[in-house]
Amino acid sequence: MPAVDTSAPQTGAILLDAKGLKCPMPIVRTAQAMKNLASGQLLEVLATDPGAVADFAAWSRSTGNEIVTSSVEGGVYRFILRLK
Amino acid sequence: MPTSTLSPVLEGELEALLEAAVSETPIEEAEAIVAPEQAAETPVKQLVIINWSGEYDKIMPTLIMSSAAAASGYRTSVFITFWGLLPFVKDQRRIVGESWMQKTLAFMQRPGISHLKLSKMNFLGMGPWMIGRLSRKYNVASPAELLEAAQALGVEFIPCQMTMDMFGLKRDDMIDGLGEPAGAATVLELMTQPNTASLFI
Repeated sequence: MPAVDTSAPQTGAILLDAKGLKCPMPIVRTAQAMKNLASGQLLEVLATDPGAVADFAAWSRSTGNEIVTSSVEGGVYRFILRLK
Repeated sequence: MPTSTLSPVLEGELEALLEAAVSETPIEEAEAIVAPEQAAETPVKQLVIINWSGEYDKIMPTLIMSSAAAASGYRTSVFITFWGLLPFVKDQRRIVGESWMQKTLAFMQRPGISHLKLSKMNFLGMGPWMIGRLSRKYNVASPAELLEAAQALGVEFIPCQMTMDMFGLKRDDMIDGLGEPAGAATVLELMTQPNTASLFI
Protein backbone atom coordinates (compact mmCIF):
# COMPACT_ATOMS: atom_id res chain seq x y z
CA MET A 1 0.00 0.00 0.00
CA PRO A 2 1.49 3.38 -0.96
CA ALA A 3 2.41 5.36 2.10
CA VAL A 4 1.12 8.85 2.74
CA ASP A 5 3.80 11.43 3.35
CA THR A 6 3.49 11.76 7.11
CA SER A 7 6.63 13.85 7.42
CA ALA A 8 4.72 17.06 6.74
CA PRO A 9 1.53 17.08 8.80
CA GLN A 10 -0.77 20.11 8.80
CA THR A 11 0.86 22.96 10.70
CA GLY A 12 0.41 22.44 14.40
CA ALA A 13 -1.53 19.20 14.01
CA ILE A 14 -0.80 16.19 16.18
CA LEU A 15 -0.50 13.04 14.06
CA LEU A 16 -2.44 9.88 14.87
CA ASP A 17 -1.56 6.88 12.73
CA ALA A 18 -4.62 4.60 12.71
CA LYS A 19 -3.62 2.78 9.53
CA GLY A 20 -4.54 -0.91 9.62
CA LEU A 21 -6.98 -0.49 12.51
CA LYS A 22 -10.53 -1.78 12.12
CA CYS A 23 -13.79 -0.44 13.50
CA PRO A 24 -14.17 0.92 16.16
CA MET A 25 -10.49 1.51 16.87
CA PRO A 26 -9.90 4.55 14.59
CA ILE A 27 -12.49 6.65 16.45
CA VAL A 28 -11.58 5.08 19.81
CA ARG A 29 -7.93 6.06 19.37
CA THR A 30 -9.02 9.47 18.06
CA ALA A 31 -11.16 10.10 21.15
CA GLN A 32 -8.26 9.03 23.36
CA ALA A 33 -5.83 11.31 21.50
CA MET A 34 -8.28 14.23 21.71
CA LYS A 35 -8.25 13.99 25.51
CA ASN A 36 -4.73 15.44 25.44
CA LEU A 37 -5.61 18.32 23.11
CA ALA A 38 -6.77 21.81 23.94
CA SER A 39 -9.85 23.39 22.37
CA GLY A 40 -9.14 24.51 18.78
CA GLN A 41 -6.11 22.23 18.38
CA LEU A 42 -5.84 20.07 15.28
CA LEU A 43 -5.47 16.30 15.05
CA GLU A 44 -4.44 14.61 11.83
CA VAL A 45 -5.68 11.03 11.56
CA LEU A 46 -4.51 8.52 8.95
CA ALA A 47 -6.69 5.47 8.44
CA THR A 48 -7.08 2.65 5.94
CA ASP A 49 -10.51 1.37 7.02
CA PRO A 50 -12.99 2.50 4.31
CA GLY A 51 -15.72 2.47 6.99
CA ALA A 52 -13.85 5.29 8.72
CA VAL A 53 -15.21 7.82 6.20
CA ALA A 54 -18.82 7.39 7.34
CA ASP A 55 -17.77 6.85 10.95
CA PHE A 56 -15.72 10.03 11.24
CA ALA A 57 -18.58 12.03 9.70
CA ALA A 58 -21.02 10.58 12.27
CA TRP A 59 -18.50 11.01 15.06
CA SER A 60 -18.04 14.65 14.10
CA ARG A 61 -21.82 15.27 14.18
CA SER A 62 -22.12 13.50 17.55
CA THR A 63 -19.24 15.21 19.28
CA GLY A 64 -19.28 18.62 17.58
CA ASN A 65 -15.59 18.30 16.68
CA GLU A 66 -15.04 19.62 13.19
CA ILE A 67 -13.63 17.73 10.20
CA VAL A 68 -11.47 20.46 8.66
CA THR A 69 -10.41 18.43 5.65
CA SER A 70 -10.90 14.88 4.52
CA SER A 71 -8.96 13.33 1.65
CA VAL A 72 -7.84 9.99 0.30
CA GLU A 73 -4.62 9.06 -1.42
CA GLY A 74 -3.48 5.59 -2.34
CA GLY A 75 -5.98 3.90 -0.04
CA VAL A 76 -5.04 6.04 2.96
CA TYR A 77 -7.69 8.36 4.36
CA ARG A 78 -6.47 11.57 5.94
CA PHE A 79 -8.73 13.52 8.29
CA ILE A 80 -7.78 16.83 9.84
CA LEU A 81 -9.95 17.28 12.92
CA ARG A 82 -10.38 20.31 15.12
CA LEU A 83 -11.26 19.85 18.78
CA LYS A 84 -14.30 21.99 19.63
CA MET B 1 -64.93 32.43 13.20
CA PRO B 2 -65.85 31.13 16.65
CA THR B 3 -69.08 32.49 17.96
CA SER B 4 -68.74 34.54 21.09
CA THR B 5 -71.33 34.60 23.84
CA LEU B 6 -69.86 37.85 25.15
CA SER B 7 -71.28 41.15 24.15
CA PRO B 8 -69.07 43.17 21.78
CA VAL B 9 -68.56 45.77 24.53
CA LEU B 10 -67.37 43.23 27.10
CA GLU B 11 -65.12 41.62 24.49
CA GLY B 12 -63.55 44.96 23.70
CA GLU B 13 -62.91 45.63 27.36
CA LEU B 14 -61.34 42.22 27.83
CA GLU B 15 -59.03 42.78 24.87
CA ALA B 16 -57.98 46.15 26.24
CA LEU B 17 -57.27 44.59 29.62
CA LEU B 18 -55.21 41.82 28.03
CA GLU B 19 -53.19 44.26 25.97
CA ALA B 20 -52.52 46.36 29.03
CA ALA B 21 -51.37 43.32 30.98
CA VAL B 22 -49.05 42.21 28.20
CA SER B 23 -47.50 45.65 27.69
CA GLU B 24 -47.06 46.07 31.45
CA THR B 25 -45.15 42.83 31.86
CA PRO B 26 -41.50 43.85 32.20
CA ILE B 27 -39.24 42.41 29.51
CA GLU B 28 -37.04 40.60 32.04
CA GLU B 29 -40.09 38.92 33.49
CA ALA B 30 -41.31 37.86 30.08
CA GLU B 31 -37.88 36.49 29.26
CA ALA B 32 -37.80 34.59 32.52
CA ILE B 33 -41.05 32.90 31.55
CA VAL B 34 -39.69 31.85 28.16
CA ALA B 35 -36.11 31.19 29.26
CA PRO B 36 -36.46 27.82 31.02
CA GLU B 37 -37.56 26.21 27.78
CA GLN B 38 -34.82 27.83 25.72
CA ALA B 39 -32.13 27.27 28.33
CA ALA B 40 -32.95 23.57 28.70
CA GLU B 41 -29.90 22.16 26.93
CA THR B 42 -30.15 19.04 24.82
CA PRO B 43 -29.53 16.29 27.35
CA VAL B 44 -26.34 14.31 26.83
CA LYS B 45 -26.80 11.23 24.64
CA GLN B 46 -26.68 7.93 26.44
CA LEU B 47 -26.17 4.31 25.50
CA VAL B 48 -27.29 1.58 27.87
CA ILE B 49 -26.50 -2.05 27.12
CA ILE B 50 -27.73 -5.02 29.08
CA ASN B 51 -24.98 -7.52 28.43
CA TRP B 52 -26.47 -10.91 29.24
CA SER B 53 -24.25 -13.14 27.07
CA GLY B 54 -20.72 -14.38 27.58
CA GLU B 55 -19.68 -15.56 24.13
CA TYR B 56 -17.18 -13.87 21.81
CA ASP B 57 -19.79 -13.08 19.14
CA LYS B 58 -22.02 -11.36 21.73
CA ILE B 59 -19.33 -9.63 23.79
CA MET B 60 -17.83 -8.08 20.66
CA PRO B 61 -20.89 -5.98 19.72
CA THR B 62 -21.24 -4.93 23.36
CA LEU B 63 -17.62 -3.76 23.51
CA ILE B 64 -17.61 -2.23 20.01
CA MET B 65 -20.84 -0.27 20.52
CA SER B 66 -19.94 0.85 24.04
CA SER B 67 -16.41 1.99 23.16
CA ALA B 68 -17.65 3.74 20.00
CA ALA B 69 -20.39 5.46 22.02
CA ALA B 70 -17.98 6.62 24.69
CA ALA B 71 -15.61 7.82 21.95
CA SER B 72 -18.53 9.80 20.46
CA GLY B 73 -19.27 11.53 23.75
CA TYR B 74 -22.17 9.35 24.90
CA ARG B 75 -22.56 8.56 28.57
CA THR B 76 -22.29 4.79 28.32
CA SER B 77 -23.36 2.14 30.82
CA VAL B 78 -23.17 -1.62 30.40
CA PHE B 79 -25.09 -3.74 32.87
CA ILE B 80 -23.35 -7.12 32.99
CA THR B 81 -25.52 -9.99 34.09
CA PHE B 82 -25.84 -13.79 33.99
CA TRP B 83 -23.46 -15.32 31.41
CA GLY B 84 -22.39 -11.78 30.64
CA LEU B 85 -20.64 -11.55 34.01
CA LEU B 86 -18.09 -14.28 33.29
CA PRO B 87 -15.98 -12.34 30.74
CA PHE B 88 -15.50 -9.67 33.41
CA VAL B 89 -13.90 -12.11 35.85
CA LYS B 90 -10.12 -11.72 36.02
CA ASP B 91 -8.47 -13.73 33.24
CA GLN B 92 -6.24 -15.70 35.59
CA ARG B 93 -9.15 -17.00 37.71
CA ARG B 94 -9.77 -20.58 36.62
CA ILE B 95 -12.39 -21.72 39.12
CA VAL B 96 -14.66 -19.26 40.86
CA GLY B 97 -17.54 -19.75 43.27
CA GLU B 98 -17.90 -21.38 46.65
CA SER B 99 -20.21 -24.36 46.31
CA TRP B 100 -19.38 -27.39 44.14
CA MET B 101 -22.15 -26.37 41.74
CA GLN B 102 -20.77 -22.84 41.30
CA LYS B 103 -17.29 -24.27 40.79
CA THR B 104 -18.55 -26.82 38.27
CA LEU B 105 -20.27 -24.04 36.31
CA ALA B 106 -17.00 -22.07 36.19
CA PHE B 107 -15.19 -25.24 35.10
CA MET B 108 -17.67 -25.79 32.26
CA GLN B 109 -17.45 -22.14 31.13
CA ARG B 110 -13.99 -20.78 31.85
CA PRO B 111 -14.35 -17.13 32.88
CA GLY B 112 -12.22 -14.22 31.62
CA ILE B 113 -12.18 -11.93 28.58
CA SER B 114 -9.46 -14.04 26.90
CA HIS B 115 -11.34 -17.34 27.18
CA LEU B 116 -14.51 -16.72 25.21
CA LYS B 117 -16.41 -19.37 23.30
CA LEU B 118 -18.68 -18.85 20.28
CA SER B 119 -22.47 -19.02 20.59
CA LYS B 120 -22.51 -21.22 17.48
CA MET B 121 -19.94 -23.31 15.65
CA ASN B 122 -17.87 -23.72 18.79
CA PHE B 123 -16.87 -27.31 17.80
CA LEU B 124 -14.80 -27.99 20.93
CA GLY B 125 -12.83 -24.78 20.48
CA MET B 126 -12.12 -25.07 16.77
CA GLY B 127 -14.51 -22.22 15.94
CA PRO B 128 -12.96 -19.77 18.44
CA TRP B 129 -9.48 -20.78 17.27
CA MET B 130 -10.36 -20.00 13.64
CA ILE B 131 -12.11 -16.73 14.57
CA GLY B 132 -9.04 -15.79 16.62
CA ARG B 133 -6.76 -16.50 13.66
CA LEU B 134 -9.00 -14.54 11.28
CA SER B 135 -9.39 -11.56 13.60
CA ARG B 136 -5.61 -11.31 14.01
CA LYS B 137 -5.10 -11.67 10.25
CA TYR B 138 -7.56 -8.85 9.57
CA ASN B 139 -6.32 -6.81 12.52
CA VAL B 140 -9.64 -6.79 14.36
CA ALA B 141 -9.20 -5.62 17.94
CA SER B 142 -9.37 -8.41 20.53
CA PRO B 143 -12.04 -8.38 23.25
CA ALA B 144 -9.33 -7.66 25.85
CA GLU B 145 -8.07 -4.68 23.82
CA LEU B 146 -11.62 -3.33 23.31
CA LEU B 147 -12.43 -3.75 27.00
CA GLU B 148 -9.33 -1.80 27.97
CA ALA B 149 -10.22 0.99 25.51
CA ALA B 150 -13.85 1.06 26.70
CA GLN B 151 -12.76 1.42 30.32
CA ALA B 152 -10.20 4.09 29.42
CA LEU B 153 -12.94 6.08 27.65
CA GLY B 154 -15.15 5.93 30.72
CA VAL B 155 -17.66 3.18 29.90
CA GLU B 156 -19.24 2.14 33.17
CA PHE B 157 -19.64 -1.62 33.57
CA ILE B 158 -22.21 -2.35 36.28
CA PRO B 159 -22.23 -5.93 37.60
CA CYS B 160 -25.55 -7.53 38.55
CA GLN B 161 -25.49 -8.17 42.30
CA MET B 162 -28.04 -10.98 42.11
CA THR B 163 -26.10 -13.05 39.55
CA MET B 164 -22.79 -12.38 41.31
CA ASP B 165 -24.32 -13.95 44.41
CA MET B 166 -25.77 -16.87 42.46
CA PHE B 167 -22.43 -17.63 40.78
CA GLY B 168 -20.57 -17.07 44.05
CA LEU B 169 -18.52 -14.23 42.52
CA LYS B 170 -16.72 -11.80 44.83
CA ARG B 171 -15.71 -8.24 43.91
CA ASP B 172 -12.14 -9.48 44.04
CA ASP B 173 -12.89 -12.11 41.36
CA MET B 174 -13.93 -9.35 38.97
CA ILE B 175 -11.62 -7.10 36.92
CA ASP B 176 -10.70 -3.70 38.34
CA GLY B 177 -12.62 -0.55 37.46
CA LEU B 178 -16.16 -1.96 37.51
CA GLY B 179 -19.02 0.11 38.89
CA GLU B 180 -20.88 -0.68 42.09
CA PRO B 181 -22.95 -3.87 41.73
CA ALA B 182 -26.60 -2.98 41.24
CA GLY B 183 -29.95 -4.32 40.10
CA ALA B 184 -32.88 -3.97 37.74
CA ALA B 185 -34.17 -0.64 39.09
CA THR B 186 -30.80 0.99 38.41
CA VAL B 187 -30.85 -0.19 34.78
CA LEU B 188 -34.47 0.91 34.31
CA GLU B 189 -33.63 4.37 35.56
CA LEU B 190 -30.71 4.61 33.09
CA MET B 191 -32.79 3.26 30.20
CA THR B 192 -35.58 5.77 30.68
CA GLN B 193 -33.38 8.86 30.64
CA PRO B 194 -34.00 11.19 27.68
CA ASN B 195 -31.83 10.73 24.55
CA THR B 196 -31.00 7.18 25.53
CA ALA B 197 -30.57 4.15 23.30
CA SER B 198 -30.87 0.76 24.99
CA LEU B 199 -29.70 -2.63 23.78
CA PHE B 200 -30.07 -6.14 25.17
CA ILE B 201 -27.27 -8.37 23.94
